[in-house]
Amino acid sequence: MLPEQTTTVWEPSPEKIQAEGLYRDMGMTDEEFEQVIGHLGRLPNWTEVGIYSVMWSEHCSYKNSKPLLRRFPVEGPHVLQGPGEGAGALDIGNNQAVVFKVESHNHPTAVEPFQGAATGVGGIIRDVFSMGARPVALLNSLRFGTLDSPRVRYLFEQAVAGIAHYGNVVGIPTVGGEVEFDRRYEENPLVNAMCVGIVDHDKLQKGVASGIGNPVIYVGSSTGRDGIHGATFASEELGEDSEEKRPAVQAGDPFMEKLLLEACLELVEKGILIGIQDMGAAGLTCSSAEMAAKGGTGIEMDLDQVPQREKGMTPYEIMLSESQERMLLVVEEGRQDEVRQVLDKWNLPSAVVGRVTGDGRLRLRHGGEIVADIPVNTLVDDAPVYHREQREPAYYRENASARPEEALADQNPAQVLRKVLGSLNVASKRWVYQQYDHMVRTNTAVRPGSDAAVVMLEGTDKALAMCTDGNGRYVYLNPREGGAIAVAEAARNVVCSGARPLGITDCLNFGNPEKPEGFWQLAQAVEGMSEACRFLETPVVGGNVSLYNETRGEAILPTPVVGMVGLIESREHITTQDFRQEGDVLLLLGETRAELGGSVLEQVVTGELSGRPPRLDLEKEKKLQEAVLAAIRQGKVRSAHDLSSGGLAVALAESGFANGLGAEVELDTELAPALFLFSESQSRVLLSVDPQQAEAVQELIASHGIPCRPIGRVAGDRLQIQVNGQQVIDETVAALKAIWEGALPCAMNPSSTN
Amino acid sequence: MRFAVPVFPGSNCDVDCIKAVKEVLGQPVEAVWHQESDLDRFDAVILPGGFSYGDYLRTGALARFSPVMEGVQKAAEQGKLILGICNGFQVLLEAGLLPGAMRRNDHLQFRCSIQSLRVENNRLPFTLDYRAGEDIRFPIAHGEGNYYCDEETLSRLEANGQIVFRYTGENPNGSVADIAGICNERGNVLGLMPHPERAVLDWMGSEDGRRLFTSMLRYWEGKSDVA
Repeated sequence: MLPEQTTTVWEPSPEKIQAEGLYRDMGMTDEEFEQVIGHLGRLPNWTEVGIYSVMWSEHCSYKNSKPLLRRFPVEGPHVLQGPGEGAGALDIGNNQAVVFKVESHNHPTAVEPFQGAATGVGGIIRDVFSMGARPVALLNSLRFGTLDSPRVRYLFEQAVAGIAHYGNVVGIPTVGGEVEFDRRYEENPLVNAMCVGIVDHDKLQKGVASGIGNPVIYVGSSTGRDGIHGATFASEELGEDSEEKRPAVQAGDPFMEKLLLEACLELVEKGILIGIQDMGAAGLTCSSAEMAAKGGTGIEMDLDQVPQREKGMTPYEIMLSESQERMLLVVEEGRQDEVRQVLDKWNLPSAVVGRVTGDGRLRLRHGGEIVADIPVNTLVDDAPVYHREQREPAYYRENASARPEEALADQNPAQVLRKVLGSLNVASKRWVYQQYDHMVRTNTAVRPGSDAAVVMLEGTDKALAMCTDGNGRYVYLNPREGGAIAVAEAARNVVCSGARPLGITDCLNFGNPEKPEGFWQLAQAVEGMSEACRFLETPVVGGNVSLYNETRGEAILPTPVVGMVGLIESREHITTQDFRQEGDVLLLLGETRAELGGSVLEQVVTGELSGRPPRLDLEKEKKLQEAVLAAIRQGKVRSAHDLSSGGLAVALAESGFANGLGAEVELDTELAPALFLFSESQSRVLLSVDPQQAEAVQELIASHGIPCRPIGRVAGDRLQIQVNGQQVIDETVAALKAIWEGALPCAMNPSSTN
Repeated sequence: MRFAVPVFPGSNCDVDCIKAVKEVLGQPVEAVWHQESDLDRFDAVILPGGFSYGDYLRTGALARFSPVMEGVQKAAEQGKLILGICNGFQVLLEAGLLPGAMRRNDHLQFRCSIQSLRVENNRLPFTLDYRAGEDIRFPIAHGEGNYYCDEETLSRLEANGQIVFRYTGENPNGSVADIAGICNERGNVLGLMPHPERAVLDWMGSEDGRRLFTSMLRYWEGKSDVA
């Protein structure tokens, strides 16, 4: 019970807030404060300023990115829910939909890696089950500094442990993702978590408050003082004082999440809910305001009814808390008892905290008094929008004449293959994913480590393929090309696993949008992604923007992360990158050019980042994907591997690791051997096929207008590569695998001797 | 043969166990909420994996006090088959139905992979369909699978053939004597860290778990025929 104990927290008066510009500490500008006064027709009080400032933060309002996000194609024949809800939804047949979204938790991870990363997972799971969907898989995309710094090792180790802890306890398999290391993420790591769920069409939920007089029900953990202003913290650059913002990071309770998940899905199953939304960023503020805005209604809440963890919390604290594992529900009047029965079974705290109203206002009471009264539309739809200035950065122009290929042509392929396989961006990520339960729910057909993960659709012969992709180096060198490549590569990955790409979710991790060069990167990348999505018919059904990823003025590599989901029509089509049979013919699809700007080879040999990234021809990309999928569906492909980081040489090596199979490869090329083998030219795939089928597959691929040449066969336990008649690589698969597998554990344990 | 799968708050392999019984045996199987204590209508109980009560105190330490554990205790005394997988194994240890205790993995990380094991005793209701000393592969996924017991208990387990499965190759958690699974003296209660229910179909990476379930059925049917 909360007694009428008066709060000891001193809150400044509206006049003082204005006179001393106190709103600036909450990230609100003078112009925005004036707008608030205009909206209210009076000075806002402390609670109201807090509410406006979080709702108008970039994290909640997308005020800097909104004009760009409108360019994304968001429609398609199978789109059931586009951006705007907890997560997007796509039709997958049999009255089922796949619901998925990716979201960042970058800044929390930078200051408190375990909880920061863990709560990122928690938030995205709630986004998916708030749609009524059963979460079936998690993925994550991580970017950290290089592991030679003890602090980075600490951040990385703890973030992985946090992700593992949360997902493992809730019991959702973490089936895939990617990890890259670059010094430009050293102070500002990226943790993007993606969740995929399944729902029947008629069970799809919305975060909407409708039906005047209907009760608004709070369920889940009680509200504490953690995470206050988390959304604001996420929308500013990290600085010297960021460590002190640890209280802006929430603490997660995955056990509570599991109970909440089961209880909410039980309510969905019973068909009781009108609206349901996660209290994520900006907590009770954002969930209530958005639900009312979507319903064209208002909400009145009595904050004394909100379950609280501590005594004496102020309305400001209650409204801005980002305590985890909380949901807001709207149900039909009279059905409260049915809801309570389910919530009691799962031992979940719940309370009726308010009612839906017809006046379009968010009105809050506390201790019997009205403490905030705000028109809902001014928080959501009428939030400010900024059209930021763009400027092409100098480095981009300078790079036009850089030719990284020249310095790389003479490299000895055998030597650099070892270096590349042992480089952290190519090396096995088993150290990471063996900490994630990737098999719980027993639907995981392709486990982490292949191009895409595959999760079976229970009760059908179909499966979902899913992956995340995003290459910050390419995007830095050419944001438009890099953005398009992120989409194309993600699509290619799911195609190589036997799926038709369906759609994407994206997380745009960029620097400060108020810097014209930074905003140019963002705008160009969105342009490239949009173009690729349109071309490949993979609409964007949701996502998240994380700007201000800068520390002391230095930005991260611009990193859009694409989460792609594809549909596999039959279990028979599931394909992995692993060579399966000696004697199988190797086919190289696509054209190889001297394209090594931003490549792993450049990184490993010179440590530079220069030139232009590989070019992407979307027409060819689409044909390639159609060709590969056709061959797979005809049952003629034993393995398929997308050529990406490290090019053909890495693809050949990686394909052999699982089954210890080597290859004999003969190549004819006008390029220098190192350039051909490590080129990262786009729209290329390596297939292994039954020799009996090789000719038929070649014809099939050629009929799609894609170059396809036999380059050798799966053989023995050595990787042997000849270029123009010269043996350039001859290594045992075991030796290469040892380098590839040992690199990450070794980097994480630098003092160890074993 | 009727199977019960108790569900504690925080269980997350309950559904997998139910699916496996249906898939492999086609026998009736029911989820039983932890507050129910009467398991008389069942012939076997599978305590599933997961994180009962969040495992915040000690793995399995709270679940053992659930009403359903009274039913499990009784079923064990009646000679019914009790299978505890992962968290289920931890609960059986806490409940005293199996000897020993569980510690955190020695490397302090959660570990998920497909692990090779050796069947050390194939004369049990759970292992009839395996060959003695057979090498098999089961998935593992746990942060606290580092089984411990004192020397005396270990020699007793060895002498009675109560060590049912041992890890081969790398021990994934540091357990005493590479123990992956043990049974009680009577042989009707088995606890193991690896997950047989995750190895029942070809695309799962191993199908070796099927025979654990078929063994249970064959044993039970044989027993019923005699009776």
